[in-house]
Amino acid sequence: MKIYQIAYKNLLRKKTRTLLTILGISLSAWVLVSLLGFNKGYEKALSRDIDQLGFQVLLTAKGCPYEAATLMLKGGTGLKYMDESILNQVEKYSDVKKLTAMIMHGVFDPNKGEAGGITAYLGIDPKTYPNLKQYVKFRQGTWFTGATLNEAVMGFEAAELEQREVGDHILVPGTQLELKVVGILKRTGSQDDGTIFVPKQFIQQNFNLQGKITGIGIQVKQNANLTSFEDQLYKLPDVQVVSLTQVKETIMNLVATARVLVLSIAIIAVLIAMLGVVNTILMSVFERFQEIGILKSMGAMPIDIFKMIWFETVFLCGVGGIIGNLLALGLSIVTDILIRQILPYSPSGRLVIIDGALALTTLLTIVGIGVISGLYPAWKAASIRPLESIRSEGA
Amino acid sequence: MLKAQNIIKTYTRGIEAVNAVNDISVSIDQGEFVTFMGPSGSGKTTLINILGCLDNPTKGNLTIARQPVFSEAKPLSERRLTQIRREHFGYIFQRFYLIPTLNVEENIMLPLTFYRKSGAGDALTLMKQLGIENRAHHLPGQLSGGEMQRVAIARALINDPSILLADEPTGNLDSHRSNEIGEILLGLNKKGLTIIMVTHNHELAKVGGRTLHLRDGKLVSVG
Ligand SMILES: Nc1ncnc2c1ncn2[C@@H]1O[C@H](COP(=O)(O)OP(=O)(O)O)[C@@H](O)[C@H]1O
Ligand SMILES: [Mg+2]
Repeated sequence: MKIYQIAYKNLLRKKTRTLLTILGISLSAWVLVSLLGFNKGYEKALSRDIDQLGFQVLLTAKGCPYEAATLMLKGGTGLKYMDESILNQVEKYSDVKKLTAMIMHGVFDPNKGEAGGITAYLGIDPKTYPNLKQYVKFRQGTWFTGATLNEAVMGFEAAELEQREVGDHILVPGTQLELKVVGILKRTGSQDDGTIFVPKQFIQQNFNLQGKITGIGIQVKQNANLTSFEDQLYKLPDVQVVSLTQVKETIMNLVATARVLVLSIAIIAVLIAMLGVVNTILMSVFERFQEIGILKSMGAMPIDIFKMIWFETVFLCGVGGIIGNLLALGLSIVTDILIRQILPYSPSGRLVIIDGALALTTLLTIVGIGVISGLYPAWKAASIRPLESIRSEGA
Repeated sequence: MLKAQNIIKTYTRGIEAVNAVNDISVSIDQGEFVTFMGPSGSGKTTLINILGCLDNPTKGNLTIARQPVFSEAKPLSERRLTQIRREHFGYIFQRFYLIPTLNVEENIMLPLTFYRKSGAGDALTLMKQLGIENRAHHLPGQLSGGEMQRVAIARALINDPSILLADEPTGNLDSHRSNEIGEILLGLNKKGLTIIMVTHNHELAKVGGRTLHLRDGKLVSVG
């Protein structure tokens, strides 16, 4: 028989206690691996969300709200325009990969909601915009045909709200202008969902905004230095730069705060589980005081006893770690949902990504902690002297 | 075989110092069967623990097979004591101290996990010799006291010791079982095993050769 076999049988002796200890480690391993998986997954998901926007930098006229939501709050007013010719200047910068001009327009619709509301139209360049928004998927139809300017592509929610289908005609409120719906987008989870896209020139011509735009979406090259590129943009007169990288960083900072908190909790959970292991093993060492003494009288060296007890600890941690990993893998969807509840902003897609390398790292960490927490009980057991245990025999 | 000279073991209880073993010299030849008797607290266990290298004496010398083990007040390390024990001794006790999670065969082979002497026996032969071969796969909890002590004897013998130490081996057994154990020990002694035994049982003491009496940590002559 090998020492590890004896150790293993020792653990089977008090099955409930062993199981509870393993459970404690499993749970803390689960928390740990899920959180580390979240660390990995969240940034990826966020970057993907931002990539789906198609551009990393948005150039608007100084003082112009750039969000549809803001536009609606302000009652469709307050839009500032820049000259379309600025496009040619921006195009020359070496960091630019693709760019597209946009013009936002809000129209008051008395029939919207109870007291009326603003319907937002985004005038886009049919030639360049689809090229930037390659992630966009259509539920129905597709981009503009180009046959006429009076065509619209509706965001998922905009279409749903008015029960629109491709082929329907919609009226721009307060005007005689009619648009034919040629496409309806799938849900994106972004502000595109509530937007009605029309050709840029439709807005420019019908609302007397010739040569005006409200924004330029810029996709930068992979290796571009965003900071210096933004500095360049600020040299243009009367523009403001909205960098989505900054937005992402802001969100990541918010998340980092939450993450530090949760990670501390996880580490505390792991430490508590480890104390549980030390306690379990110490208890079993004291219970087996005589037995260990007898093993020594039978020729076991202190190192043999040390190994035996150490193995028991490491075994508990190893099994607990494996179960914890399996739990984390099996329940990662549940974890996902739980985490979404506490985050300031949750991107779409999976937030918790657990891969083999991560599972292995966590397992090794837990076993490593087991190796360390086993030292004291093992040393304690190794220093039991055979005589002390036999002593208790009495006369 | 084993020669002890002026062994003293002092225990301090508070400020009071007690010589549990008070200047005992004894010499035991190879193949002898020596029995120690005496009232409770007379120092029997303390003495044979020192003879069996389970403990250091406070003072005195001990040689085993002409090798000095303890010499004037120089305590040996746990490691060194273990090496000596592995080489020479097998032990049985009043309580059998079998490992409850291991079956009979595994209990008997347990010492081999830590050390295998060249002359080590095999479990089956020992079990047959002690009449417990049909119990090989039983757990200690399923055995009678007499059977448990036989398992303990087999375990003590697996590494082919030259000396068997038995501290009240029948203390937990009825007289019938005690006689059986006595027979077994006598049989082993006849095959050349040196046995040092402590007992209260006069019947059992008759099995051995020489009987030595202790009182208050000293050897006394029987009159
Ligand atoms: N570890 C110890 N500490 C203090 N006193 C002890 C210790 N071990 C034994 N004694 C004392 O030494 C004496 C002899 O004990 P022991 O050798 O067990 O006697 P016996 O085995 O003959 O009954 C007793 O008075 C006992 O109380
Ligand atoms: Mg005693």
